[in-house]
Amino acid sequence: MALIITEEQKMLKDSATELLSAKAPISQMRELRDSKYTPFDKELWEEMVAMGWTALTVPERYNGLDFGFVGLGQILEETGRNLSKSPLISSILLGASALRLSDNEALKVKLFPGIMEGTSQLTLAIQEGKHHQTSIFNTQAILKGDKYVINGSKTMVIDGTTANLFIVACLVDENYSLFIVDAKSSGITVSKKILMDSGSYADIIFKNVEVSAENQLNIKFDGRLFLDQLMTISYSGISAELLGICKQAFDITIQYLKERQQFGVIIGTYQALQHRAVILFSEIELCKSIVLKALQAIDENDTSALKYAHLAKAKLCKTAKLVTNEAIQLHGGIGVTDDADIGFYLKRARVAQQLFGDYNYHLDQLAKIKGY
Amino acid sequence: METKISVSLSDFRTETRAWLEANCPESMRQPVKDPFDLFWGGRNAKFNSEDQRLWFERMLEKKWVVPYWEAKYGGGGLTSDENNILTQEMTRLGCRKPLYSFGISMLGPALLNFASEDQKLHYLPQIVEGKIWWCQGYSEPNAGSDLASLQTKAIDKGDHYEITGSKVWTSYADKSDWIFCLVRTDFNATKHNGISFILIDMTSKGVSTRPIKLISGKSPFCETFFDGVKVPKENLIGNLNEGWTIAKYLLTHERQMIGGIGETDVKKEVHTTALEKLSLNSSGAISDGVLRNQISDFEMDEEIFDLTIQRVTDEAKTGNNSGALSSFFKFYGTELNIARHELLMSIGGSEALFWGENEKKDGDLARKFCRSKGNSIEGGTSEIQLNIISKLILGLPTK
Repeated sequence: MALIITEEQKMLKDSATELLSAKAPISQMRELRDSKYTPFDKELWEEMVAMGWTALTVPERYNGLDFGFVGLGQILEETGRNLSKSPLISSILLGASALRLSDNEALKVKLFPGIMEGTSQLTLAIQEGKHHQTSIFNTQAILKGDKYVINGSKTMVIDGTTANLFIVACLVDENYSLFIVDAKSSGITVSKKILMDSGSYADIIFKNVEVSAENQLNIKFDGRLFLDQLMTISYSGISAELLGICKQAFDITIQYLKERQQFGVIIGTYQALQHRAVILFSEIELCKSIVLKALQAIDENDTSALKYAHLAKAKLCKTAKLVTNEAIQLHGGIGVTDDADIGFYLKRARVAQQLFGDYNYHLDQLAKIKGY
Repeated sequence: METKISVSLSDFRTETRAWLEANCPESMRQPVKDPFDLFWGGRNAKFNSEDQRLWFERMLEKKWVVPYWEAKYGGGGLTSDENNILTQEMTRLGCRKPLYSFGISMLGPALLNFASEDQKLHYLPQIVEGKIWWCQGYSEPNAGSDLASLQTKAIDKGDHYEITGSKVWTSYADKSDWIFCLVRTDFNATKHNGISFILIDMTSKGVSTRPIKLISGKSPFCETFFDGVKVPKENLIGNLNEGWTIAKYLLTHERQMIGGIGETDVKKEVHTTALEKLSLNSSGAISDGVLRNQISDFEMDEEIFDLTIQRVTDEAKTGNNSGALSSFFKFYGTELNIARHELLMSIGGSEALFWGENEKKDGDLARKFCRSKGNSIEGGTSEIQLNIISKLILGLPTK
């Protein structure tokens, strides 16, 4: 398969560019932050639903568009460019994907409509410590009669204060399992955490939370495999957003180099700065390739999809760090003021880098996959 | 219609595979360790082995030495699809190229684009038949990165040019029969506008060469001197004083080759070497954690760089292409190759330092490591590539 996007995917990307630059530019994100860190704009979310973005990766069988993850990736790239705030990552990239992978037919029939309509908001509760990992969970679900009882705690839950349904990664005996848990269930304590990207996250404690056995997402589907496939999608999706962040931070910086004058000349004429700009350009060229490859690998059920997802997240974390740091430095003094938008890219990049594993984590996983 | 084409292509693949299996000698399917394991042709051509002679002659008869040139120029007239299949099948079997030649990779494309029909009919078949060993005369002692300031002069003497000056970094000039050269034909024009592209017989009176010994101990390059050399006017390629256009075209082409595009050799993965040579911990990971990270980071970039070549090639097919991207590939590809050799030296430790006394037999890794340092200099330094990208892709202003 050619490593380019199709005409349809290009059209979807263009429509995302159009909507987000008009309705959710960075100035809106700034307003949301200045209005007591409002998580997202509800009207924008309704527009996204109307555009069909919430149905993109839902199979046709459940009245979804089944347009594929390359398509969703194009939208996430554009949200990265505009730093648009919405539940697309929590409810669609993570939530709808978990449901898509699930073999619990009844749960899929029940939940997909609300997710697509945007009236129901999912999020994934997986991380427990300071760093992402998917092998050791202290959160346990124990079967008692026809119910599971969940005990444990989760952190870095995206949109954890606005979602009405949590997908909780637990251990059942020695096996990995995922449960849909109503946010209002008794025994749940949600603490709001505002991170440096002005986004709202949650720490959640589960104390003897009872959940029906019917809410288990994996019935016969192996939990390890389920998690690996869900993480493949998560890593690739966040990488797509990071690509948008890198591209926009780079574009803004190049524009600045072409306008800013010092010593009577445009600073972009200095070779020292030009060469640094080209290094950023080169790394972004590599990022474009691996993000598309990782997304295509999901759509094609490529057996190497997890490896490409690790490659994407490792490369994008490394490049986002480089690009956003250089973007600030190349701006000079204005770059460290709150008035300039460029700082928002640094702050969102740092959060997205930590979400679902940083450069170190993914580099280590790549070495493990190759057996060294 | 489409089915018909794909059926005939699949027949072509089957036939090609069968022919290669029947005709490529076993020893010509072994990896190349040294450039001179290959046949270079030329007036004093010597085959290293009977198998090498057989392989070249069979491919010549089959018209597959340069399979994608037109038949009238000695090529096989294959379509690009057919040529891709042939390349894939040769790679699959590990077949060596029957002839290694700057005539095929460098001069040929320039002639096809800029030469007269008579010149094409004269020179191209000779290239295919391996009769002439060509070398390239571009850089001069005072015109390296600033190539366009070259000073080798060609004076119009009526029926011929008289050429005086010197070239440097001419690959294998001491073994070559002819040189394709950039010379200054107009000293009053601006520096890019007074250059011409000309072909010179190395046996002409007044031509001499001197090998340059590199830090690797080897001498793949020479200095070449021209002292009042008479060159017939018909040897001029393209229009007088428009040689810079040809030079730019060939530099783009050369960058793609140095940067790794079109390379068919399968490189051994660095971690495979590491697993053979390094101590591992109880879980099978490389004990030296720092080196393990460096290898993983390098292989990340290497794999993604290959994907980027694929992406840009695919984009070019849809008409989205920027010639300046060849500068990006040259820059990034050579930096990766340098990083690869640094890693192999780290992995080898003190063993990798072995130099020995015989440059042909000893110190392979240390010599290749030294040679790799030239990658980011030859064909335009990394810094020149960055300048080109800055100007042509990013549109950053110049003073």
